[in-house]
Amino acid sequence: METNTYTASRRNFLKATGGFTLYIGVSGILPGLISCEDPKKLEAALKKEPLTAWVKLSSDGEMVIFNPAAEMGQGSMTALPAIFAEEMDADWSKVHVEFSPQVTEVYGSPGWAPGSKLMFTVGSRTTNSYFDVMRRAGAEARYILLYSASKTWGVPMGELTTEPGYVVHPESDRRLGYGEIASGLQIPETLPENIPLKKSSEYRLVGQDLQRTELPEKVNGRAQFAIDIRLPDMVYGVLERGDLHGAAPELQNEAEILGMDGVLKIIRLDYAIGLIATSLEGALEAKKNLRISWGTSAASGFDSGTAYREYEKIAAGNARGEVIVESGDVDKAFNSAARRITADFKNDYIYHAQMEPLNAVVQVAADGGSAEVWVGSQQGPDSKLGVPELLGIPPENVTINLQYLGGGFGRRSMNDFVSECVLLAQEVAPKPVKLIWTREDDVRYGAFRPMSLQRVTAGVDSGGKLTGFAHCVVGDGGNLVASGIRNDHYRIPNQLAEWREARHGIRLKHWRSVGHGPNKFAIEHMLDLVATDLKKDPVALRRELMADAPRALATLDKVAEMADWDTPAPEGRARGVAFVEHGSLGSGICEISLDRDTGKITVHHFWCAVDPGIAVQPDNIKAQIEGGIIMGMSSVLSEQITIRDGRVQQSNYSDYRLLRMQDAPESIETVILGSDQHPEGVGETGTPLVAGAIANAFLKLTGKSLRHLPFTPERVLEVLNA
Amino acid sequence: MAKLSFNINQEQFEAEVKSGTSLLWVLREHLGLTGTKYGCGIAQCGACTIHIDNRPMRACILRAEDYANGQQITTIEGLSGSGEHPLQKAWIEAQAPQCGYCQSGQIMQAAALLDQNPSPTREEIRAHMSPILCRCGTYLRIEKAIRIASENGTPLQQ
Ligand code: FES
Ligand code: FES
Repeated sequence: METNTYTASRRNFLKATGGFTLYIGVSGILPGLISCEDPKKLEAALKKEPLTAWVKLSSDGEMVIFNPAAEMGQGSMTALPAIFAEEMDADWSKVHVEFSPQVTEVYGSPGWAPGSKLMFTVGSRTTNSYFDVMRRAGAEARYILLYSASKTWGVPMGELTTEPGYVVHPESDRRLGYGEIASGLQIPETLPENIPLKKSSEYRLVGQDLQRTELPEKVNGRAQFAIDIRLPDMVYGVLERGDLHGAAPELQNEAEILGMDGVLKIIRLDYAIGLIATSLEGALEAKKNLRISWGTSAASGFDSGTAYREYEKIAAGNARGEVIVESGDVDKAFNSAARRITADFKNDYIYHAQMEPLNAVVQVAADGGSAEVWVGSQQGPDSKLGVPELLGIPPENVTINLQYLGGGFGRRSMNDFVSECVLLAQEVAPKPVKLIWTREDDVRYGAFRPMSLQRVTAGVDSGGKLTGFAHCVVGDGGNLVASGIRNDHYRIPNQLAEWREARHGIRLKHWRSVGHGPNKFAIEHMLDLVATDLKKDPVALRRELMADAPRALATLDKVAEMADWDTPAPEGRARGVAFVEHGSLGSGICEISLDRDTGKITVHHFWCAVDPGIAVQPDNIKAQIEGGIIMGMSSVLSEQITIRDGRVQQSNYSDYRLLRMQDAPESIETVILGSDQHPEGVGETGTPLVAGAIANAFLKLTGKSLRHLPFTPERVLEVLNA
Repeated sequence: MAKLSFNINQEQFEAEVKSGTSLLWVLREHLGLTGTKYGCGIAQCGACTIHIDNRPMRACILRAEDYANGQQITTIEGLSGSGEHPLQKAWIEAQAPQCGYCQSGQIMQAAALLDQNPSPTREEIRAHMSPILCRCGTYLRIEKAIRIASENGTPLQQ
């Protein structure tokens, strides 16, 4: 491996080690440690960032570990620092956690392209992508402390070891606290390329349930979200974007609006009219009074209810779409099949509904040469959220102050709301602007999980083996509808999976688990249709299919045991099973009942067995599975965005209904099948289990098949009475 | 514009606001009591739940001037700023919050429940808490936290 020594002076130290560089900036008693790949970029960053380090250690042994990922409830403020502290051998009771600066060269984790770095909290990649980064950075910190102690004592490093918060020399029975070492830190000339990391059997923090570090401030109202920021001289921005995505506005009553109390400015965007006022209530009042005539857009004329007819035609057509999986020969398998089952599945648009509406606070300097942003973002390009490009200024002149996110679910990985706020702030610089999307704005101008149709055909040979599986998904957005279409854990010799495009001009975005929700619904329900046709037990069928996938099979076996699958459900109830791979592997079983008069489905219990590899924070994994299942239930049972003539029909929680506590299951039980494999994400494993599990339980209970999400009471009655 | 005087968390606060302004905007933007959250503005989500004379109310649909006549307003900051309220402790024990945005409203709603009914059944908890949405899906842990607080039987001072 190439070793590239950069500089080594009394005050700082840089050395490339296996693609990572460690920086130690000694400033009095606060050494800071950071990792970086490009020394030049790093040096520039260090000059401009007030704090650029993984850890700040003070002489009393208290330390701050920096968390490079967004915290949206998934637990990054605990899991990532715990991994670092594990390798540093830090005393957890002395650890405080803060967000790192948003500087990708320094704090990024491996990106999509080899060798690239990214600060992007998406795709359940927090723990998965930062596991090695945090381990290595923590081990480097420990190495330096060991080195420094060995110099102080004049003994070889090899004779030293650590205990939480201390370097220890067993032979002479001497100990030095990390804080004491920090006060007179001595720095090595070079760092070994491969500092040994702990074995998983040596872990004392990873794998334990640590209390989430930020929860104390989340129960007393002090946790700060971007919407809570208040700055001197701050003004308020709102936008009217209408309900027809991309339509151009023409303001009819400019003079009237400008004459309103506190209104400072009107700003015209291609797709919206913006307002800045001295108070939020003033801005909202003016927004209500805007008279706008809207043009047409690409979405004009589109009707989401009738679009399925077009989707069916596309699915039936001979033109193949983009082939995602092709193995064996499905046509041949179908031609020789003893039985063949085809079904269409439909999925309506759904909306993120994160509880904190989109918002940002931006201050642009009077000369336009720098800007400061307070925002809850899943971050992105990379990682100044596109602000430098918008203002035409260098990235280092933009400071991003990341705040807690009041929910992300994919919506906050698109920074349209940040760009809007920058445009408004530019107009009134140097006044800071707080931009708020009302809930109505957030719903109507949402970026939805696309509607989709899955046409699935299964072929079974005369021996009862599933030999062919064809899955065609029709919808807008490529991977937004196609993710989750693969069946890597089922042994089916002949498979074809393809995406066929439809376009409507409706704004779209990743929604927790993306295409996995609809596609796993189609796959898992189809498997139960096959099992029913073969008079086979659905778990038994999946066991056969998982013959080559022992980890997946282990989750299935476990969940069957947890749910007591082989014992019939209580009278009037039925159970249904589903399997999902999304980062982690997970199998789930639900138990439902049905009110045959109203069509209301009640989910009583949900069991889940999940294999995430190394379980860094087990209780938090359970919390993610619970939350994922509840969000899944909410979307499967009631959530629905409809579009008529291009216009979004819903506007708030009154007509976009989320699951409430009274409809939560009595219990959600999760068992983690840990291993020493690299940790996988868990935030999106629970959600896509739900539709398949409920549809399969419903099939068992009624003999009827639900194929259109959401399973609203009206649709359930329709299927029941058909 | 009128100068209004509020009794919030047993302190006097003054604000100059236009008639019709919601109490939520006054709390958050005028007075800086940002623990109370905005989620919908139409009494559908409960993120803005506060107590007025010990009763849970949705601040987003209240006109500020109607609550500036000596009513006792309690926000999450006044429940126990130090986080020592039995519900806050139980919330931590259950590791209830995820993103945390709904949790002020959840805790204020729960405090009102235990005030009236120190040992609620599961059904009573669920019925009482259903006005407060949680998109992160923390309902089962909230239910657990309320049971912990209730079982601890600690007196709930307001
Ligand atoms: S903001 Fe008041 S209930 Fe939603
Ligand atoms: S914890 Fe995120 S909305 Fe409840």
